[in-house]
Amino acid sequence: MKLPPIEPAPLPVAVGEKAPAPPPPTTPRRIAWARRRRSLARVARTYRKNKMGMAGLIILLLFVSIALLAPLIASSEGLDPTCPCTGKPFDPPSLRFPFGTDNFGRSVLTLTIWGARISLMVGLFATLISMVIGSLIGIVAGYSGRWGEAVLMRLTDWFLVIPFLPLAIVLASLLGRSLFIIVMVIGITSWPGTARIVRAQTLSVKERPYVERARALGAGGWHLVTRHILPNVGPLIFANTILTVAIAILSETTLSFLGLGDPLSISWGTILEFAFGAGAATAGNWWWLLPPGLAIVFVVLAFTMCGFALDEILNPRLRQR
Amino acid sequence: MRGYLIGKVAQALLTLVFVLLFNFFLFRVMPGDPAALLLRGTAAFNPDNLEQIREEYGLDKPLPNQFVTYVRKTVVLDFGESFFAQGKRVTEVIGEKIWPTLLLVGSSTIASAILGLIIGIYGGWKRGSAFDVGSLGFTLFAYSMPEFWFGILVLMAFAGGIGIFPAVFPTGGYETPASGLTGLSHWVDVLNHMVLPFLVLTVAYLGEYAIIMRNSLIDILGDDFITTARAKGVREEQVLWRHAVPNALLPTMTLTILSLGFVFSGAITIEYVFSWPGLGWLTVQAIDSKDYSLLQGLFLLFSGAVIIANLVADLLYAYLDPRVRAA
Repeated sequence: MKLPPIEPAPLPVAVGEKAPAPPPPTTPRRIAWARRRRSLARVARTYRKNKMGMAGLIILLLFVSIALLAPLIASSEGLDPTCPCTGKPFDPPSLRFPFGTDNFGRSVLTLTIWGARISLMVGLFATLISMVIGSLIGIVAGYSGRWGEAVLMRLTDWFLVIPFLPLAIVLASLLGRSLFIIVMVIGITSWPGTARIVRAQTLSVKERPYVERARALGAGGWHLVTRHILPNVGPLIFANTILTVAIAILSETTLSFLGLGDPLSISWGTILEFAFGAGAATAGNWWWLLPPGLAIVFVVLAFTMCGFALDEILNPRLRQR
Repeated sequence: MRGYLIGKVAQALLTLVFVLLFNFFLFRVMPGDPAALLLRGTAAFNPDNLEQIREEYGLDKPLPNQFVTYVRKTVVLDFGESFFAQGKRVTEVIGEKIWPTLLLVGSSTIASAILGLIIGIYGGWKRGSAFDVGSLGFTLFAYSMPEFWFGILVLMAFAGGIGIFPAVFPTGGYETPASGLTGLSHWVDVLNHMVLPFLVLTVAYLGEYAIIMRNSLIDILGDDFITTARAKGVREEQVLWRHAVPNALLPTMTLTILSLGFVFSGAITIEYVFSWPGLGWLTVQAIDSKDYSLLQGLFLLFSGAVIIANLVADLLYAYLDPRVRAA
């Protein structure tokens, strides 16, 4: 990679002369940031050419804006079964209720719009936890080596082998039903994949000559990890994050459907749980089942598409093909 | 080879020990009285029963003693009584449900593996064709779909009957209750109940096989020995079936063995949707009735199956691919 030439320091300016142009980046930190900005712009340019990635991004933006604007699109009063704004129970789609109503006469459209908030939030926060645990364990295992690595990788293998759903079920049913617990349970059961990827990349970065050079110059462990390893592992973590969100949203849906979600908050999973529990399937209330399910499919599909696209751009192994 | 074998077995045993420790501590480190936790929310929650539980599990003794008791009981598969099943032994409750799950998930695992392989081989061979693109798109879509939702839709269409769909199949269960059917007609009845959940599971899982087979085949087709085979004039079908497919099968073999580890726990939501009286539905009932002794037993069974399947896959891989042994 070419670095920008380091310009000589400007000469002292005599009084009365024009003010000098802002100095070009000269400190190492500025050079590094300029380089990062450039590579970010390069990634953005490549990403824009990726049709699958762009389609995914547009769907995602649509759902995120629906979630953010929920109070403006559909009043939250519509979630209250006692609200006078509710209609007849089990009403098929009509002009007033485009997606029909549920067993309380609430609009399924309103439920689905508000469900987007909880589903996306749980997905994002669970992913955040999973990423922090996975990156931490991956970097520490890859960097420390020896027995620290052995212990951490055994732990990772254990979480990889143990079937996810039964583990999450046991944890969630012991800890109770709340949003916080759902987020924690998904977070602490879904990090091992990330840890393995991060460890592999850390191992490869650690052996590169410039890291060796930094170490020879006296750089400590903290400096090496934050300045050299993390910036190199970061993009991979990011691509992995996007894919994990998709899995986290699906997991929330499944756990909620099994009756382990927060009974007080409406997510796409709990809508499906209530609908199935109220016999919507055998009664043929398709309008109650299709909207939340399709919303899940679209959001998960969109996250997966974005993740694949980013992986293709950021993962050096895939790029060479 | 011997060292590899011992290493893998030791690894599997260690993982199993981890599961036991996890099971043990999870129910004891939790805040509150473990005995109360085991009975929480059940009808059996009263001082007499609490005392009995404490004695049975040795909860009044120090933690190391408790662990010894726990391991001794687990080794003889004694997980206590299930409160959901009115005091039946957990082992017995689980034992009754194994066959329906084995039948449903086992058969659909085999079906999805075979179908997935065929789709994968065809897609990889005709890479970029309409069939290939279509099957890839379908796989991505199936992957994004919560499988229980797909199950509900299938149930609604073919059992509930809606619009143009006829209600041809029963809405759930293993057999027609109190029908008194025996012999062949009994089996026809069971199969009739199995059609929908079998279909849903097969469709939900075949994508994974198709993708892995396709990518593995594409990798192999780029190898030198394929070029050699073509250069010496081997017919295209021979190149595919004699040279490429046998070599590309290896990763899918592993996947099949690994999926067999999920034969007990792979259909939790689908069994619930179709009221299929197997281990999955039992799990949902254990969740609903807060039956923790049952849940503990199920978790051990589910994880044990996966651990064993992993071990078998590792060993089989080493047997089939000498390169793994050398490494």
